[in-house]
Amino acid sequence: MAFAGVDFYQMDGLLSEEERAVRDTVRAWVDEHLMPIIGDCYIEGRFPKQIIPGLAELGVLGANLPEEYGCAGLNNVAYGLIMQELERGDSGIRSFASVQGALVMYPIYSMGSEAQKKQWLPRLAAGQEIGCFGLTEPDYGSNPSGMITTAKETKDGWVLNGVKMWITNGSQATVSIIWAKTGAVDDPKSIRGFIVPTSTKGYAAKDQKGKLSLRASDTSEIHLEEVHLPKDAILPKSGGIKSPLSCLTQARYGISWGAIGAAMACYDEALQYSKQRVMFAKPIGATQIQQVRLADMLSEITKAQLLCLQLGRLKDAGTMTPQQVSLAKRNNVSMACDIAREARRLLGANGILAEYHSMRHMANLESVYTYEGTHDMHSLILGQEITGIAAF
Amino acid sequence: MKIAVCLKRVPDTEMRFAIAADGTSLDSAGLKYDISDFDGYAVEIALRLNEQQGPGEVVVVALGPDALQETLRKALSMGVDRGIHLQADPVPYDGFSIAQALASELAGQGFDLILFGRVATDTGNGMVGPMTAHLMDLPCVTAISRLEIAAGKGTAHRELEGATETVTFPLPAILTIDEGIARPRLPSLKGIMAAKKKPIESRPAALGPVRLTVDRLELPPERAGGRIVGEGPDAVPELVRLLHEEAKVL
Repeated sequence: MAFAGVDFYQMDGLLSEEERAVRDTVRAWVDEHLMPIIGDCYIEGRFPKQIIPGLAELGVLGANLPEEYGCAGLNNVAYGLIMQELERGDSGIRSFASVQGALVMYPIYSMGSEAQKKQWLPRLAAGQEIGCFGLTEPDYGSNPSGMITTAKETKDGWVLNGVKMWITNGSQATVSIIWAKTGAVDDPKSIRGFIVPTSTKGYAAKDQKGKLSLRASDTSEIHLEEVHLPKDAILPKSGGIKSPLSCLTQARYGISWGAIGAAMACYDEALQYSKQRVMFAKPIGATQIQQVRLADMLSEITKAQLLCLQLGRLKDAGTMTPQQVSLAKRNNVSMACDIAREARRLLGANGILAEYHSMRHMANLESVYTYEGTHDMHSLILGQEITGIAAF
Repeated sequence: MKIAVCLKRVPDTEMRFAIAADGTSLDSAGLKYDISDFDGYAVEIALRLNEQQGPGEVVVVALGPDALQETLRKALSMGVDRGIHLQADPVPYDGFSIAQALASELAGQGFDLILFGRVATDTGNGMVGPMTAHLMDLPCVTAISRLEIAAGKGTAHRELEGATETVTFPLPAILTIDEGIARPRLPSLKGIMAAKKKPIESRPAALGPVRLTVDRLELPPERAGGRIVGEGPDAVPELVRLLHEEAKVL
């Protein structure tokens, strides 16, 4: 049966016809192309590469960037709804699209030269190039400005050295946006972005093994050893830690929506199961404990939907702040974690099987809770916003 | 080729239905609407014919309230060139009334093919296509599962019980399309954006007199619970007797 979504507050009426059409199209695509394979991909620990051409043809990659670069030119609410629907399938698939669009195409679009935009964006939108984003390092996660990857200027270009970690799409990427310091290691103002084809000599990606979360996503370590790049590899308008953080704001915006999708998938599964599963001669949905669970889930999903919709309207109006994104990412991923766990519990023993989706979402969401600014870091960002005092 | 596809906006068949207070229609609260299933196949085959045979035009035509435009827009986002919205609220139950509105709209526009779904998924009458063909004096082939067009002539295949019938016909013609002919494509996101800029003309439907009305609509009775006749081979004679005498299925 096709996924019907969750819309307790008639939020559909707040969406435009195109926004609904985009959402319904991606929803149908996920039902048809992702749901039949995602359980096996997760168990086997592989990203389903075969879906990339379909995602590209649909227009999902960098969907909120302009048509002149081969993108769909959607508004940010429609873009958010795409992320929601992809993550209804799996957080790893949404992560793939987030990285490609918000962390690779967006910096090229916002900080690249016209030649870089023309060279890369249409090919990234078409899925002919796969991108990854190298910011985090083994010892610099929540504190990326401390990074020790360097880019030394030479007479004909740049030489990069360093190690990046937890890089989504790392092993399959054909192009990587690498952030490195062009000055002293204690000078975060010297952080610049570079477009690095992964075939460049000295560039190596290694799968990170043993993941218990985001198993249908490709996560890698990247080693840069004397990687020589031409002068025009640098993103000319990048400068300082603000540049990569502006990309993260884009990605976190999408995550805020994506978490709703994962939560809806779990709620929907729990609801169906509670009506069908009979115990003590009645459906478990007739018991108070499961009704409380379902009522809590529906309440949290509804609040998160309204939060994201207004955030999207602000983003489209150009007035959204990174702190508002922090609030949404923090709230929505946390509520999705809670819902996934409660849904898994409602499913009883069946809930530990890959045939059901809640436990997969539950495990995935632990990564989503941790990446793109941990839940705790977003608390501190909000704390700083509220008090004017940084606690980190 | 210039192809018209007549489509119908129907409630999504995966929704749960309730009957409205008037007892003759569906309660529209919470219903989602979409292109009728078979009409979706007709849209797809029209798009494919023009993709294979070079440039042409595909036009979707439908009757309904203003909300119908969203359904027409979906067809435009799949690649259809333009839409015609014939205003009618409510849409009459009488297919002949609808066929008259369509025939008067479509006449003289030079369509090579006019396609319909085999039946609408809500009323399930399957009459509007053949009736429109009659009014326009065009050849009509119904329930087509495969279609080829070459040199101004068409060949249609119809699935019959245990056999396939092949029918040839001249153009222009009216065809009704069965499922399985071509799976309707999903609109692309660029298609959705492009559809915003495609034209939809809107004018009152020239409906004919309405002679059929729905008197009553009711849900099937709740099914009674099952009954266990017995267990093991000993229960078989009693089961056979009940199936024969009570259920009357043997």
